[in-house]
Amino acid sequence: MSDLPTTAVAPVSGAAVGDYVQILKPRVMSLVVFTGVVGLVMAPGHLHPFLAAVAILCIAVGAGASGAINMWYDRDIDRVMRRTASRPLPAGRMLPGEALGFGCVLAVGSVVVMGLAVNWVAAELLALTIGFYVFVYTMWLKRRTPQNIVIGGAAGALPPLIGWAAVTGDVAWGAIALFAIIFFWTPPHFWALSLYKADEYAAAGVPMLPVVAGPRETKRQMLLYTLVLWPVTAAPWLLGVSGLIYAVGAGVLSLLFTVSAIRVCRDESDRGARQMFVFSLAYLALLFALLLIDHAVMTPVWGGAA
Amino acid sequence: MADDPQDARMRAIRARNRALLLVLIGLVALFYALTFVRMGGH
Repeated sequence: MSDLPTTAVAPVSGAAVGDYVQILKPRVMSLVVFTGVVGLVMAPGHLHPFLAAVAILCIAVGAGASGAINMWYDRDIDRVMRRTASRPLPAGRMLPGEALGFGCVLAVGSVVVMGLAVNWVAAELLALTIGFYVFVYTMWLKRRTPQNIVIGGAAGALPPLIGWAAVTGDVAWGAIALFAIIFFWTPPHFWALSLYKADEYAAAGVPMLPVVAGPRETKRQMLLYTLVLWPVTAAPWLLGVSGLIYAVGAGVLSLLFTVSAIRVCRDESDRGARQMFVFSLAYLALLFALLLIDHAVMTPVWGGAA
Repeated sequence: MADDPQDARMRAIRARNRALLLVLIGLVALFYALTFVRMGGH
């Protein structure tokens, strides 16, 4: 045994600033922020622009926190999958405790700042979003059921509600319509990805639908979800939250999304699924952009939507 | 010439410390501005 005195020193990795940015999942965050902004803009009422910016910042940081805690929990399966093997934790550039601590600090910080700066309803919804993503999706559903992204998709669908609640302090049917669009969009979006990454999910032991039920059943369910999206995307127009510009645009986009799903059903190769995955991102972004455009056109005429 | 891993690690830690300083300054500015906006009656 050594006679030298020993001192417990917390290990510190050489993780770069970029690694900390990467565990916040900035690409996912950008879509979350965009849908949150749309919820905030569509809500009736007024919020000081600075407070609106703080609300969006809190949504972004909360989403990043969820991503960091997800990467901490999933570091074992991320190591197995090619798509995620180069992330800071599986690549060994960051210690697990650093990612967990970073995520927890950001999660608590974003909720507290949202509550203090904006209102506590928005803060509670943000806390629900983070908690749902971490505990319900990541820790409970993801490795247990092929319905993981169906139920877990609720976490990704909540940001428009948070944006809406930041303005009004409550949740209305218009906000729930925006939630429903993202909720029903999530399964075909992720199943398109998992169709051509099925081998990686199988190797990691994640029971995605193509792994458990096979590509044929997955494609059938993807098509069904694109059909459900027809009435769901029409809901903002039916509820009077948006106008005809949105309604026509949403109809065209949903038609194209359904055509894309039919192509996937007929395609034996991965090409159709890859195309549908890319189109699904554009589909959601364009739908929410249409809501913004329609709102901008409607506002001067009626003095505010809804 | 390859970088000494110890030097690279120290550079990364210094960059992290600078980023943390910027975040803390940003938080101070955020709460300062928030106080003004909230006191302004909005």
